[in-house]
Amino acid sequence: MSDPSAGALSVSHLSKRFGDRFAFEDVSFEVGYGEVFGFLGPNGAGKTTTVRTLGTLIAPTSGTATVTGLPLTPENGVEIRRRISVMPEAPGLYLKLSVMENLRCFADLYEVPHARERIDDALRAVNLTDRTNDACGGLSKGLRQRVALARALLPDPQVLFLDEPTSGLDPAAARDVHELIDGLRQRGVTVFLTTHRLEEAERLCDRVAILNTTLRTIGRPDELRDRLFHQTLTVRTVAPIATPERVFGAIPGLDSWRADGSATYILSVSDAVAAAPAVTRALVAADADVLSIAETRHSLEDVYLQLVNDDESVKTP
Amino acid sequence: MKLSWRRVRAVLVKELREYRRNGAIIAAMTIIPVVFVIQPTIAILTATSAASGILVHANLLLYMLAVPALVPATLASYSVVGERQQGTLEPVLTTPTRREEFLLGKALAAFLPAVAISYIVFVLFVAVVEVFAHPGIAAAVIRGPELAAQLVFTPLLTAWAIWVGIAVSTRTNDVRTAQQLATLASLPTVAITSLIAYKVIPANTAVAVGLGAGLLVLDRLGWRITSAAFDRERLVIGTKQ
Repeated sequence: MSDPSAGALSVSHLSKRFGDRFAFEDVSFEVGYGEVFGFLGPNGAGKTTTVRTLGTLIAPTSGTATVTGLPLTPENGVEIRRRISVMPEAPGLYLKLSVMENLRCFADLYEVPHARERIDDALRAVNLTDRTNDACGGLSKGLRQRVALARALLPDPQVLFLDEPTSGLDPAAARDVHELIDGLRQRGVTVFLTTHRLEEAERLCDRVAILNTTLRTIGRPDELRDRLFHQTLTVRTVAPIATPERVFGAIPGLDSWRADGSATYILSVSDAVAAAPAVTRALVAADADVLSIAETRHSLEDVYLQLVNDDESVKTP
Repeated sequence: MKLSWRRVRAVLVKELREYRRNGAIIAAMTIIPVVFVIQPTIAILTATSAASGILVHANLLLYMLAVPALVPATLASYSVVGERQQGTLEPVLTTPTRREEFLLGKALAAFLPAVAISYIVFVLFVAVVEVFAHPGIAAAVIRGPELAAQLVFTPLLTAWAIWVGIAVSTRTNDVRTAQQLATLASLPTVAITSLIAYKVIPANTAVAVGLGAGLLVLDRLGWRITSAAFDRERLVIGTKQ
């Protein structure tokens, strides 16, 4: 039975073990309808295995999940696969067949109504209408990836799993894929995106999760930054401040500070916007010749590297 | 479970299109039976009419039943493991296609050309014997019941060879291993047809009915057993844990 109150994906303490090795362990998260959800992690973190598990290709060792409201069980496999679509990392096209023949085959496998119209829509969405009769074996990697995306769009899925959709693509082809994902978001399609490209996740995803066998963190990219890093202000002056401890020590809301070179100071604050005027006043009062006061913004890459490096340091003490 | 014939047809059409674009597949299927019939053809064409007395007591035409057992082995054994190695299997497995539908489509795609090739080779063999062999020899070799046996048993033996080949293909990780195992697995069938041809097993109505019924059951079971052996997880990750 489908649970209408459940989100697009609801995963609870899900694990998959191969022998004595966990591919992923005790993973829990929720993904709402219409959300673009990024799933990040280093190689071997368990991202693809998670996609395959939620796509009913492999069975979890323990835990539960619902996909489009349906419990993830072998009995629901066909119905779940009818509602979702998975684009694996490798396009897996029939290279001897044309683009149209590949899509026609999958339209029939999904039992898509009005197949020809749906194929035309999918081809338009990926800008491939002029290559329909080309053999897939003659297409570039980027074009093959687009055909695979068109194939994934055919069943008009409620949840679309994209496993490294821009892997190996040049920047222009990757940008096309990004625009397509943006378009899907506007159409209300739930997208589960695994990627190595952190700027891609930051740009496209409403929320991200970072997996390294276990789920390390989950949230909006800006939330993760704030959660993991203090906000900082970087102060640059023309000459070193004579008594910086006296200047910075009296500023309210300043947690700590350190010198970074001769005339640069990194100030750790709880709220950068509130602290900046007080810092400016203190510097002026101390007769310091200020070059700049700037908030240092951490990227999602910083968050990712911090978490993954933490794991590495735990593994190799 | 209700089968979707649209999905079965999708797999079948895809396979037939790939055969058409890859002439080597059909050539490889044709070479085996052609090589197989060279020796009996030469033997019959060089036989004098005095040999007709011996041949009338043999069931030489039934020897040709080995052809449908051999022809589909290569194709069937490639069907699943080949797709897996090309990376085209995973996208199919993510669709709502049931394993029974996928396998039936694959089996039909191997069945149609294999039966056609077997019949064509048989008809050519009979035509050559009829036209070029001594009249007495042709009459001794070509007999009504054996023609009927060929007609009936060719599809039954082909289907059995296909299910064995696909079963091997679902459980192996390498195309070459699958093809060697499937060829090996078809040898018992070849042995039985040869034993009947040389009258070690009597060729009578009771044996024909028994073998026919047995093959029908095996063909039906073959689909079920092969479907049961088709494990998505094993096919996707290589091993079942």
